[in-house]
Amino acid sequence: MAKVDFSGIVKDVCVQWLPEVKEGDYVLAHVGMALNIVDEKDAMETLELLKELGEIDAEMGEEGW
Amino acid sequence: MLKWEKKAGDTEGKIMKYVDEYRDIELVKNLSGKIHEVCSGDWTIMEICGGQTHSIMKYSLEEFLPGNIHLVHGPGCPVCVTPLEIIDKAIRIAQRKDVIFCSFGDMLRVPGSEKDLLGVKAEGGDIRILYSPLDALKIARENPEKQVVFFAIGFETTAPANAMAVKEANRKGISNFSILSSHVLVPPAMEAILSNPLNKIQGFLAAGHVCTVMGYEEYLPIASKYNVPIVVTGFEPVDILQGIYQVILQLEKGSAEVENAYGRVVTRDGNQQAKKLLKEVFKHTDMKWRGIGSIQDSGFRLAPGYEAYNAEEIFDVGHIVQQESDKCIAGEVLQGLKKPGDCPAFAKECKPEHPLGAPMVSSEGACAAYYRFKKTEIA
Repeated sequence: MAKVDFSGIVKDVCVQWLPEVKEGDYVLAHVGMALNIVDEKDAMETLELLKELGEIDAEMGEEGW
Repeated sequence: MLKWEKKAGDTEGKIMKYVDEYRDIELVKNLSGKIHEVCSGDWTIMEICGGQTHSIMKYSLEEFLPGNIHLVHGPGCPVCVTPLEIIDKAIRIAQRKDVIFCSFGDMLRVPGSEKDLLGVKAEGGDIRILYSPLDALKIARENPEKQVVFFAIGFETTAPANAMAVKEANRKGISNFSILSSHVLVPPAMEAILSNPLNKIQGFLAAGHVCTVMGYEEYLPIASKYNVPIVVTGFEPVDILQGIYQVILQLEKGSAEVENAYGRVVTRDGNQQAKKLLKEVFKHTDMKWRGIGSIQDSGFRLAPGYEAYNAEEIFDVGHIVQQESDKCIAGEVLQGLKKPGDCPAFAKECKPEHPLGAPMVSSEGACAAYYRFKKTEIA
């Protein structure tokens, strides 16, 4: 069992299916079970890519595309 | 258009990491612009999961899409598709004096053929609302003179926790615990929708958290057999628009692949240990879906080694069979053939306070989501 902080509410969650989990990880938990560790690298890369989508458009706009 | 910008701070100032970033209005606008740019055809897309429907309504995401993209709301709300006869079985069991009946909160207001579980509770039934099926084991240990029954409903996301409760009861020798099982599975429902001659769905947003458990390999044959793009999608506004963007890109170029737009919690194989436990505790079975009917191999029942935990057997309710009411068009709504507003009872006889059908009960139900966020538009 592990303590998981859901934005201020702390609950006991079973982490048996995530043997590699460590303190400080973000997890996806559902009805008392942790189902996966949030892949922080993937999360950040996706956000960067999506931000770039807008930046490319902005640059193109300036060049009169 | 931006009326939900303020709603993004639902956690009242507390930042929820990897959630709040995916509610960023700038990213939503970027994706919206891209979708407008690439979309030339008329496309109909189904989001499978009720959690996605809820987000689409809550954040008015249809306003960010071109008018020629039609979103259809799928059957992925476990509360909504639990068959009427299972509710009646639950009521029969919960009325017993020797039973403590445990359930997720949403199930208490789902109408059975005569009453709901909340009515049983009002009459003195010992019904407890739990966050996790594992909590029911604790109640069973503290109340050895009672039979503790957990109402084990759900899709592949919830089934592993229910399986865990059964496995733990078995391991710890807790003999006064059982489950009333009503588990449903996404891929057979997708096939049922796609093989309906009236089907108009051209692409799917697959349910992200179902895929966190199961992975997405089982969708590959569906995508190629029915020639539909399937994109694994999350639940925040940015996630949903990203999923739609990827489906539209595929539809425009005529491809039908399975893609993962929710990589931060979904891998191709899913959670191996949860899948292993599902295989051990459950086996596939034909399931009735409320409003839809029976779909072959679309659910789980307890496997032979765990049949002692089957509440239907213990309390002899297996024989209860019920026909659905014909007043409610929930079945057509759940298959995406009709929208909630097409129902003559919507927001009139049927409201969240007194629902005729299950999609009006759960906050993930399409009718309840429309009622809460779109009522004025329809009325």
